[in-house]
Amino acid sequence: MANQQPQTLASEARHKKILTIVFTIICVIWVLPVVCVAINSFKLNTFVKTETFALPTEESFAGWSNFITGMTFGNYPFWSAFGYSALITVLSTALILVCCSMAAWYIARVDSKFCKVIYTLCIFSMVVPFQMVMFTLSKTADTLKLNTPWTIPIVYLGFGAGLAIFMFVGFVKSIPLEIEEAAAIDGCGPVRTFFLVVLPMLKPTLISVGILEIMWVWNDYLLPYLVLDINQYRTIPIQIQYLKGSYGTVDLGATMAIILMAIIPVIVFYLSCQKYIIKGVAAGAVKG
Amino acid sequence: MKSKAIKQSSQIKSTRHFWWLFLLPVTAAFCIGFVWPFIQGIYLSFCKFKTVSSAKFVGLSNYASAFADESFQHSFWYTALTAIVCLVLINVIAFAVAYALTQGIKGSNIFRTIFFAPNLIGGIVLGYIWSMIFDGILQQYGTSVVLETKYGFWGLIILMCWQQIGYMMIIYIAGIQAVPEDMIEAAKIDGATKAQTLFKVIIPNVMPSITICTFLSLTNGFKLFDQNLALTGGLPYEQLADGSTINTTEMMALNIYNTFYSGTGASRGVAQAKAVIFFILVAAMGLAQLSYTRKREVQQ
Repeated sequence: MANQQPQTLASEARHKKILTIVFTIICVIWVLPVVCVAINSFKLNTFVKTETFALPTEESFAGWSNFITGMTFGNYPFWSAFGYSALITVLSTALILVCCSMAAWYIARVDSKFCKVIYTLCIFSMVVPFQMVMFTLSKTADTLKLNTPWTIPIVYLGFGAGLAIFMFVGFVKSIPLEIEEAAAIDGCGPVRTFFLVVLPMLKPTLISVGILEIMWVWNDYLLPYLVLDINQYRTIPIQIQYLKGSYGTVDLGATMAIILMAIIPVIVFYLSCQKYIIKGVAAGAVKG
Repeated sequence: MKSKAIKQSSQIKSTRHFWWLFLLPVTAAFCIGFVWPFIQGIYLSFCKFKTVSSAKFVGLSNYASAFADESFQHSFWYTALTAIVCLVLINVIAFAVAYALTQGIKGSNIFRTIFFAPNLIGGIVLGYIWSMIFDGILQQYGTSVVLETKYGFWGLIILMCWQQIGYMMIIYIAGIQAVPEDMIEAAKIDGATKAQTLFKVIIPNVMPSITICTFLSLTNGFKLFDQNLALTGGLPYEQLADGSTINTTEMMALNIYNTFYSGTGASRGVAQAKAVIFFILVAAMGLAQLSYTRKREVQQ
């Protein structure tokens, strides 16, 4: 580097400065859609369509009324949808993490013929689009009474097991067997070996898989829409689609208010565990 | 080392006693959530049915109807076009951004964070955010995103770029950062220009990332549903010569969904056959990707 001419160094520094400015502008444009939602959630319905990009004026400003309307929009309280979304996401993710890590360890260590079949089927299930099974899955879930927010995690466990098992098995295989042998010599049975020795080592993969499942389940629309009893239980995507889809004239202001309320927790979640999210997403890139 | 082998096998044996704890929950849920619906789905694609219990075997006629269905053919070409345009745009832009953000410019981390953020917003919400924005622009010209096919098409492309560029960028950044520093340094000493370093050193070395991202954006494009439903819902209609209508911006997944659930449900057999065709198409791409990534893992 020392023999580089100071002139080129200076021009490189200038290039970098220009790039920073260009990217700052692009990033401002990048967040504009969300800003636009925020602005419009404070506007009266009639002005959302005609003055989409203007700041609220005295005439178009709606105050908090959109949020108040949005709370009970379509005769369904928004907080119920929010609560059910959170409940389903937390339960499903927890269930997938616990059950799939256990199964993956068993599959990686026991390695019987049956395990190989299950593992192959799991990989296969990753490439099957949901439309292939949506009708039969929703009927099966109905028959087995898996159509409530407390039981739908079982459906998520079944349909989402593929990716989780794939990622866990990959990681378990990289753990040296000697550690578990040592635990066995010290008198640990398989259950204690798994929960006290293996599970703590799985932490990075648990976080990655957890992030991927949270993002999937929280945003999922079609599976809960087909499986849940819509009149009683709605998640946030279902509620939003329901409002837009079923009414001739939509209260756009209130819709934007709901969308804003749906996005804010996602942004908070993202900013608080950004590092893990980006890592988890990169790790899950193998999924087809 | 015989004693070690015995020790191991006895350990595995005692693990095996706990199959009901470790393996049974996932296996049971997997059968309910995937294996049984999948087998039943294959079977039903050969049946005429409204509900599962009223299924009557009709052989291949569902497949014949599916292939003859003009709306399905249209949705295939429309999906393929969308997927390929998305693939090219997303990957080129994402790579360019990733390359720029690995040059050590100020604020790289903040830019990365912002670019990735839209990826966390769900498809339905995305669709409505952008339909508001597009309609806000288009109403000044007296039209709307659901009134003209070209607006629906480019609208979806813009939406997909906004959502997915950040995601692909993350994978590319990881790929570019994994290129050995001394390799780039050596190219510089040999007098390579920046462009030469990029095309002759960096791009060949991030080929694995490029392949993964290409497959990912292709399958994502084909499986697109939520965004399509929320942005245009397949609108506008177009009347064909024989009186039937097609939704011009309807993609394959939405076409299958509509065949299942709109109307009286009389063509559910055809819908299931379409779903099988769709599955074969997507699975072929997915398996090609998996076998590629696995081969790479072996090489490493």
